[in-house]
Formats: sequence, structure tokens, C-alpha cells
Amino acid sequence: MSTLKLDLENYKELLQEYIKTQDEQALYQAEQFSKQSMQQNISPEEIINVHIQSLQELYPEMPDYIQASMNFLLETMISYGLAYQEHQSLREKQLELKSEISVAANMQKTLLSTVKPDVEEVDIGALSVPAKQMNGDYHHFVQDGKGSLGIAVADVIGKGVPAALCMSMIKYSMDSYPEMRMDPSVILGSLNRVVERNVDASMFITMFYGLYNSNTHTFSYSSAGHEPGFYYYSDRDEFEEIDVPGLVLGVSPETSYTQYQKKVEKGDMIILLTDGVTECRQGDRFIEQEEILHVIKQYSHLPAQETVENVYKHFERLQDFHLRDDFTLIILKRNV
Amino acid sequence: MDFQSCVNIKKEWDIVGARQLGRDIARKIGFGTVDQARIATAISELARNIYLYAGTGKVCFEALEDMNQKGIRILAIDSGPGIKELSQVMEDGFSTSGGLGAGLPGVKRLMDDFDITSEEGKGTEITVIKWLR
Repeated sequence: MSTLKLDLENYKELLQEYIKTQDEQALYQAEQFSKQSMQQNISPEEIINVHIQSLQELYPEMPDYIQASMNFLLETMISYGLAYQEHQSLREKQLELKSEISVAANMQKTLLSTVKPDVEEVDIGALSVPAKQMNGDYHHFVQDGKGSLGIAVADVIGKGVPAALCMSMIKYSMDSYPEMRMDPSVILGSLNRVVERNVDASMFITMFYGLYNSNTHTFSYSSAGHEPGFYYYSDRDEFEEIDVPGLVLGVSPETSYTQYQKKVEKGDMIILLTDGVTECRQGDRFIEQEEILHVIKQYSHLPAQETVENVYKHFERLQDFHLRDDFTLIILKRNV
Repeated sequence: MDFQSCVNIKKEWDIVGARQLGRDIARKIGFGTVDQARIATAISELARNIYLYAGTGKVCFEALEDMNQKGIRILAIDSGPGIKELSQVMEDGFSTSGGLGAGLPGVKRLMDDFDITSEEGKGTEITVIKWLR
């Protein structure tokens, strides 16, 4: 009560000064007054009340119709005051949610973390950047200790928290597979059953699974409806789409996946990605496949990790630093 | 509880009657202009809920006075369909009566004490109190 009284005195003085001088100084102070009031959660109707009281004290002879009109104004402000308070409480709630999501995002980072393996024969570059706080893309490396390297790249159709929850499930299913059994077709077949049983029918997951054998330099792979990657033939200096058929995970429990194989020569590159890369946009225009390949080519003389980072920077800039979809890019390059 | 003054809510016009009676009582108790306006707005909201969702009901008023403080208690009672999800209607931003920032959370903000009981198919009873400061 005492602080409100103080404000009344303050307001009265400001008002009096303004009526007398009508200068900008008093108006500036009015602005300060309104900011201070907002800091103290004071509703507009209270300001009007202070205004009415100030007028009454300054002009005891104030005509009745002015007084009545002021009361009328006060009444019309009540709902604005309520909306203002609701706004304040929704804002607090939003901050709470934001901090909860950032905790969850950190947790997800830990849960889904994968270590990029150090393999002598293959130079590996990997990068995954979420569009929002939570990442709906997922990539994972597994080594069997006998020269085989498994690489999974997956994308949940959808973004944000639901996609992230879904990915955690995929990660734990994959962790439970014995390291001896890394055949891409077997892994996709088994994940398909997990997804079909546990995930809502409206949610789809695409996945590419590849297995690089560094003894024989063969790359075997299967795809569950995943965005096609690219293969770069060093001798011909040509890219080729790795487009293989396969149904997305979770549609039917009976789905089986065909496995393909490729011999990898020195200098060849395998490029795996999600649609966040191929569906980059410049304004309203989707970029062309050639543009992506051109950019990759441009940086391909660098170590693989620097290549993926430079490609990302290129498209980040192209899209005004605002990703529309989660962006994951993996490049494997045969060294020796 | 012994409520002396009640207004039956049957038509929209009755909302005005309830506001008027509530404001008169609040003024007599000694509430200032701002609080009178807040109390009237809360009454409006309660009465309009009855008019829109229950069809009929009543809003009653009682002046409170004990050793320490004075106040007004308002009871809104109807035998309408009741409210199934109380926690939902008490949530900000849920209000369906079209009144921005109002609804039951608004009534709660306008007043000091707020209590609601509701049973599906039987009706709703809301009691609110505003204390004189």
C-alpha cells in the first residue's frame, strides 16, 4: 500500500508538471513510470485509478461528467488488465518449458552420442546439427574389432521432441545387437519389427545402414526408404546416387531388406545424408542435387571432417543461418 | 452459509442485474473504484458462464466481517452439465467464452479466494471472496 501511495504522489507531480509545461521531459518520465509499473506487475486499470485520484486532488472542482467518464474508462480497462496478467503467467510458463527442453536436449546429446572411430584405412567425417533444440536425425558408428565398421544414418519423419524420443528407442535397440551380426539387411529387418511394435503408426523412420569392411574394402548396405546417398568414383571423377529400394521402418512387420555390395577403390567416397541436406532451400527454391555435389567436390581435397564442416557452413549461410530441418552428413573416404 | 441477496440468472439481462447488486454491496462494504470494477467483472464472468453453459442458475452475495477484516463473498451456483476437466478450465489460455484473458482463471485473479466444485450432470458451484485492504 505504501509503495502505491508513493507512486500516486509521483504520478500526480508528473501530471501536474506536464499540464503546466507540456514538454518532452515530463513525457519521458511518464514512460519511465509506466516501465516501472510493469516491473511491479501493475495493471492498466490501476494506472487509470491513480490518474483519477491525481485529477481529483489537482482539480477538486473537476466536473462530474469528467469523473464519470474516467470511471467508465477504468471499467473498460479491467479486461486488458486480466489479459496482461495472463500474459505474464504464460510467459513464465514458457520460460519453464524452454529450460526443460534444453535439459532434455542435453540429455539426448549424451544418450545419442557416438564416437567417430579412428580407422587407418578410411577417413571419416560426420556432422549432425538439429534445426530446433532436439535432433530427429541420428547417426551411429559401431566397430567389431575385426576390421568392420557399421554406420547407421536415420531420420524420423517429424521434428522436435517426439522425433527425439523415437530416436532414443532406435539407439537402444541397436545397442542390444551383438557386434558379430552387423549385416545391414538383418539389422534393418530387426529394427523394422521394433519400430512396428513400439511406435505410433503416424511416425515413420527412414534408415540407411552400411558396413565397411576395411580388410576387403567392400561396402555393403541396405536402405529403409532413406534419402539416397552418393558414391564418388575417384578414377572417373564422377558421383553416382546410391538409390536402393526398401520400405521405411515400421510400416509392416513382414518387410525384408535387400543387401547390396560395392567394391571401394582408393580415393573413392561414400556420402551419407538426411533430407535436411538435400532439401536445403535458398529462398523458396530447393537446391539442386548438382549444387550439393558441386559443394562437396569443392571441399573434397580436405580431410573428411573438414569437408563435412565446410559443406555445412556453405548451406547454413545459403539458408540465412536458419535450418529448416535437421542436417546430417557423413563422408567416408578410402585412404590407402 | 446464509446468503441474503441472490440474483437468478436466466437471460443475458440478468448478468447486468447481478453486476449492479454486487457492485452496490461492494461499495457499501467500502471497496474502492478499482476493486468495485474488478468485483463486477468477476460477477459478469460467473454469471455469463451460467447463462452460456448451464442455462439457469443464481449468483448470491454476502458481506463478510470478522474482527480483522471485511470482504465480500460471491457464490455462483447452477445445475447445468458440470465441468469434466476442472484443471483444464483453470488453465490460462483455455477459456472458450471468447473473453480474452477472462474465464475462470481471470475470476481467480480478480478475487482473493477461489473455490470450485463440479459434478458432471449435476452442476457447478463456485465461491469467491475479495477482502478489503
